[in-house]
Amino acid sequence: MRAEQAADVFSLNDSSSLRRGRAIEEWSAFILLTLASAVVALPFLWMISTSLKPDVRAVYVFPPQWIPSPVTWENYLIAWRAAPFERYLVNSVFVATTVTLLQVLNGCLAAYVFARIVFPGRDLLFLLFLAVLMIPGQVTVVPIYIMMSQLGWLNSYWALIVPFAATAFGTFLLRQSFLSVPAELADAAIIDGANHPQILRHVMLPLSKPMLITFGLLSFNWRWNDYFWVLIMTSSDTMRTLPVGIVAMRAGEDGGSKWHILMAATVIVIFPILTLFVIAQRYFVEGIARTGLKG
Amino acid sequence: MTATPMMRARPAQRARSGWWRSPRRREDLLFAVLFLLPSLLLFGTFVYYALGFNVYLSFTSWNFIAPVKTWVGFDNYARLLTNARFWKVFTNTFYFALGTVTLSMLGGLVLALLLNRKVRGRAVFRTLIFSPYVTTTAAVALLWVWIFDPNYGLINWLLSWVGIAGPRWLTSTEWAMPAIILMSAWRTMGYSMVIFLAGLTAIPRDLYEAASIDGAGGWAALRYITIPLLSPTTFFLMVTSLIGALQEFDSVAVMTAGGPVDATKVFNYFIFEQAFVVFRAGYAAAVATSLFLVILVLTIVQLRLSRRWVHYQ
Repeated sequence: MRAEQAADVFSLNDSSSLRRGRAIEEWSAFILLTLASAVVALPFLWMISTSLKPDVRAVYVFPPQWIPSPVTWENYLIAWRAAPFERYLVNSVFVATTVTLLQVLNGCLAAYVFARIVFPGRDLLFLLFLAVLMIPGQVTVVPIYIMMSQLGWLNSYWALIVPFAATAFGTFLLRQSFLSVPAELADAAIIDGANHPQILRHVMLPLSKPMLITFGLLSFNWRWNDYFWVLIMTSSDTMRTLPVGIVAMRAGEDGGSKWHILMAATVIVIFPILTLFVIAQRYFVEGIARTGLKG
Repeated sequence: MTATPMMRARPAQRARSGWWRSPRRREDLLFAVLFLLPSLLLFGTFVYYALGFNVYLSFTSWNFIAPVKTWVGFDNYARLLTNARFWKVFTNTFYFALGTVTLSMLGGLVLALLLNRKVRGRAVFRTLIFSPYVTTTAAVALLWVWIFDPNYGLINWLLSWVGIAGPRWLTSTEWAMPAIILMSAWRTMGYSMVIFLAGLTAIPRDLYEAASIDGAGGWAALRYITIPLLSPTTFFLMVTSLIGALQEFDSVAVMTAGGPVDATKVFNYFIFEQAFVVFRAGYAAAVATSLFLVILVLTIVQLRLSRRWVHYQ
């Protein structure tokens, strides 16, 4: 992309300067990216470093010591016992998993209709689904809180799961994927006498696996990280999930100024979701990129 | 990479009158109803009914306990529009949203341009820079409270290297918001990067080759090819990020609880506080409806403008 490069097109034998130009460009990009990654990673390193410090005196030191001495793994045990983390973890896993399964199910069913079945009023219904994306959750939180209280569902799994069982976003994502399945495949199945549930199960789903995984992961991630909704809908420790639990812990006696314990707890909360991301990062990143491209 | 027209039905698929007479089509309709029913019931209850309920509440005065909701007409809205505190919250929200989106997009664009080539460890860089985006905001906000500790925190230690005595960050009315913006930019930069990267890979390579034959340098290619052809991506990212940032809650709730003295009180935290701390359901509903209108306007602007001045290829 330099002048040499342009010249290079005309004098094909002189390609060494072009190659050198490219190499310099690549190396400077590499160095800058290393720096940027270090800046992004620094807070995480700081978190891990603090979480391994022996006591409060080692935490409040200026300038900070990055390598704790001695490295204190017990902090993780202390943090785990400082609050009912087993319960938080079980709640987080249960709520996020259930919501994900329901969203995938309802998303697939609705997406199939919008991709494959023609009937009067379909476009209007689709518009109703589309509009759901524009309504922020905070606009409905006060009414839903009142509804939940009337149903006696406050501080229960119902309040954390039922309002999230349907998904407009998932419907669009899966519809795009179903639309890319060649129509001839489904038509052939119809000629063979297959009905809609069979086409969905045996034609659409097997061919949409990557999108199903991507949407499942995104859906799980959002529910797992949710703080706002759980904070409002629950009032007791037995119903709290990890994010609400750890923030509540800070207000308790073992939080506050004990940053080594609090950081150990933070690692415990972040670790599962970060591991899931690293394992499945291809689906995460491609899913995000793809949703971004649908305008 | 043009946007897919999602709402346009293929003309051949459009239903005609007398459509339901065939048994095949009656079966179609049966399954359509069955498949859509759960979603329609749920959206009907938790989105559309709730939205209407919220609008109704916004015309009442109620404390969640009293047996009757008192109808007050437009009182809540009148109070809100003349209330200096509401406008403070309004300004705070846009300060936060614009600050976060600007930093996140600028950083994301630079990183995407750097990553958009065959560079060693590309996948590792991408994964690492994206990772804050998938972590739990509430937990990470806790980490940043410690990072912004004025005496022993990471940031002020880094600043001391260059001889700056750092501010008191989260307890300073002036610096609390920049601190939260910094944290949010860190969290969302990887997201912007991934979206920009997707946009960059869609720009045809031969354009750059043609430009370089014409003698255009790297900057000229960036200015006249990359930036214009990236405009749909930029526009999409800007509006969606802005809509997301206008709804921030977690970081503010954990890091400052809206303080000090309302310095970081954003819309969502204000709604939460009015509804669930001081129990003014009607007023909270009016604030929520205002937020909804702001977001609605932004969405309509996006839908309108993205067709006009954005350069699709």
